[in-house]
Amino acid sequence: MQTSTAHSHAHAHGADAHAHHDEGGFLRKYVFSSDHKVIGIQYGITALFFLFFGFCLVMTMRWQIAYPGRPVPIVGPLLNAAFGASGGVLSPDLYNMFGAMHGTIMVFLAIVPLAFGAFGNLVVPLQIGAPDMAFPRVNMVSYQAFAAGGIVMMVSFFIPGGAAQAGWTSYSPLATSVPTLGQTFWLVGMVLLITSSLLGAVNFIATIIQLRAPGMTWMRLPFFVWAQFVTGFLLLLAFPPLEAAGVMQLADNVLGTSFFLPTGLAIGGKLANISGGGSPLLWQHLFWFLGHPEVYVLILPAMGIVSEVIANNTRKPLWGYKSLVYSVLSIGFISFIVWAHHMYLTGMGTKISTFFQTTTMIISIPSVIILTCLFISLWGGSIRFNTPMLFALAFLPMFGIGGLTGLPLGFNYSDIHLHDTYYVIAHFHYVVAPGTIFGLFAGIYFWYPKITGRFMNETLGKTHFWLSLICMNLVFQPMFLQGMAGMLRRMSDGGAMYSTAKAAPGSIGGLSDWILGLNENISHAAWFLAVAQLPFIFNFFWSISYGKKVSSDNPWDATTLDWQTPTPPPHGNFLETPQVVRGPYDYSLPGASKDFVPQNQNA
Amino acid sequence: MDIPYTVQPRRDTGLYNAKLGIWLFLASEVMLFGALFSSYILLRVGADPGEWPQRLLNVPIGTVNTLVLITSSVTVVLGWAALKQKNFAKYRKLQTITVLCALTFVGIKSYEYADKFKHYQVITKDGKVYDGHLVKQDNEVVVLEGGLIDASKGKAHGVMVAQREAELHGGHHPEVEIKRSEIQKIGNYGPGHNTYMSIYFTLTGLHALHVIGGALVIAYILWPGAGMYKTDPERYINRVEVSGLFWHFVDLVWIFLFPVLYLL
Repeated sequence: MQTSTAHSHAHAHGADAHAHHDEGGFLRKYVFSSDHKVIGIQYGITALFFLFFGFCLVMTMRWQIAYPGRPVPIVGPLLNAAFGASGGVLSPDLYNMFGAMHGTIMVFLAIVPLAFGAFGNLVVPLQIGAPDMAFPRVNMVSYQAFAAGGIVMMVSFFIPGGAAQAGWTSYSPLATSVPTLGQTFWLVGMVLLITSSLLGAVNFIATIIQLRAPGMTWMRLPFFVWAQFVTGFLLLLAFPPLEAAGVMQLADNVLGTSFFLPTGLAIGGKLANISGGGSPLLWQHLFWFLGHPEVYVLILPAMGIVSEVIANNTRKPLWGYKSLVYSVLSIGFISFIVWAHHMYLTGMGTKISTFFQTTTMIISIPSVIILTCLFISLWGGSIRFNTPMLFALAFLPMFGIGGLTGLPLGFNYSDIHLHDTYYVIAHFHYVVAPGTIFGLFAGIYFWYPKITGRFMNETLGKTHFWLSLICMNLVFQPMFLQGMAGMLRRMSDGGAMYSTAKAAPGSIGGLSDWILGLNENISHAAWFLAVAQLPFIFNFFWSISYGKKVSSDNPWDATTLDWQTPTPPPHGNFLETPQVVRGPYDYSLPGASKDFVPQNQNA
Repeated sequence: MDIPYTVQPRRDTGLYNAKLGIWLFLASEVMLFGALFSSYILLRVGADPGEWPQRLLNVPIGTVNTLVLITSSVTVVLGWAALKQKNFAKYRKLQTITVLCALTFVGIKSYEYADKFKHYQVITKDGKVYDGHLVKQDNEVVVLEGGLIDASKGKAHGVMVAQREAELHGGHHPEVEIKRSEIQKIGNYGPGHNTYMSIYFTLTGLHALHVIGGALVIAYILWPGAGMYKTDPERYINRVEVSGLFWHFVDLVWIFLFPVLYLL
């Protein structure tokens, strides 16, 4: 621990140093730890579990879409036992429940905790040269609130009537009309998750502002830190309105208020016993006021990871660092004034639609700038095609497809046709699945050696990458066609009842057999995508003990401070306070002895 | 390495960590209450003409509560200033007043809440509307201290306000007895009464939770946590400052709540 170079001592003493500072038993060290790295790993493991669980939900749904009314193989008996399904069939009610929880789990329990909670916690303090987060105990509470929220969500599956069924957007009055307790659990879970995010956001912003190492000026921050900084502000300011909305919907469900329930609401053919006078539109406004910035919460950390991986593996500085920073800041601001583009079809008025359509087009500009900067960064680089880099490279076109197909949804006239169809599903899954999740995979393969001291296996990694890339496209590409053909989302039979409509003479609309037939292809691809994750899962655990050992603390020859620590970083991270003397991406500096110059070293 | 700037401010930001933290937290609180105030506006604008109750609440009581909170804001800042001047005894005296103010506020608020829960509206099967405080109810009859109000649209709430004013000036109402068999709908002025009561209870309830939370923190720092003043005085003063910032925010929210809910 007393050595002055970050190198030599690390392997021998990293673990000792940790034990030395963090005395106490297993619980104190791994469960109730306030060390940012342990919390980051807790977030990561929990989020990966939820990612897999959310995927399982949708795999079951894909069976029902492809083969409506047929018993689900493998998990059918489980459905019977746990949810009272009959004959192993996923009933429409269960389909709604799985759909609502798939969205909720993927967004709030998988991607956000992985992108923000796990990578943010692990990497941000290291990259800015800080010993820990600004408020370590708040950080611990933040994870515990997240875990509690996750438990409430999971428990809700097993209460009578099951989990929430009103979609991840929980539109009122539907959310209040479903006569089960699922929605109440959902709201309680959400309040916990929001609390967790708020605490995390305060902590991240304070850490980045206050704990930057000497010399780490704003324009020397790695782009990943900028991305997390803006993400922090989005969470801080966009989540409270949903918390307010959640409290109000909870009151609607439990106290009999009518915040979101209109006068004269009839449920099941009977006039509801409520005072009325509420506004269903109000819920949508409050929900999407969070919901849209949330989209950027999902994508910005992934962009940050991809930037780090690309700079490292092209051995070049990022092209247009300042443009990247200003773009990400612009995205942060503009993302607060685009929310109602989710609501063109609510009848809120054409003038308002025009406003939101304009802001929506404006926000695509900084996104395109970021993507362009990353593409140009590849130019003339001597690219190392390792697994993290493959994922990062695939992120660029995949996110590009996701982003560009969003434009027709942002125009209110073309949205009239595409709204609520599979086109929407395809669009945002391209952004989040082969976009964000690929970015996160890149991050996992990239920072794994820093945390464990071993590389993940490259062959398995590349198998994982190529199979995932192919399957992701086979899953989501056909959905664009289905959506454009008019196939609506949220239908438990995958549009089968539409096919009867086309049989009527002279009828227009209806779905052709070819469009319906795609359902089967998509489902097969989705299940094969699950198979493609097996190499990753195996690799993830196997490499902890058997992966190739790193030969130095900086195995990727990276410039940022996270690689200038012992491996794994001890409690307190750095052996001495780093003095930052240069920008974050001094690769291939002319005249330097190596092709990289770390931020805290002179050339 | 220890975490820097836990007590001393960082030179380029001029803040210690907790002070920045509480400002960020308050920013999120602004968004939380901002969303609720926006909801208030949207619900009020969307209400049918004449349906939105005005001056349903007791203004003098609300005014007293406003003064109580403003007093606590003054004592909180004077207490912190006294501590800065190393006058711990004065600080303790002033902060005790703060905590007492918080308790008074919550007490008065509970009285107001209880009053609303005892206040009933009964609609009979022949369309009459009775309004008043519940005296007793059993399986046979409901007895209200109040009377018949003209329920035709637009007039209802004017009559109610008149009744309210009469009540405030000491007027007593006769008791009316209504048979259970004649009642079509009965309910108190709880959150489910109408959207005004819903947003009233949500806003003031959330605010009251903030008052209670803030008072607990101030009281903790004041009594069980006071040992830190001897061991780490600077950090202790910072704690007082941070809790004071939160307290000012809680007061400020009420300064908006009072006119919006009581006067407008």
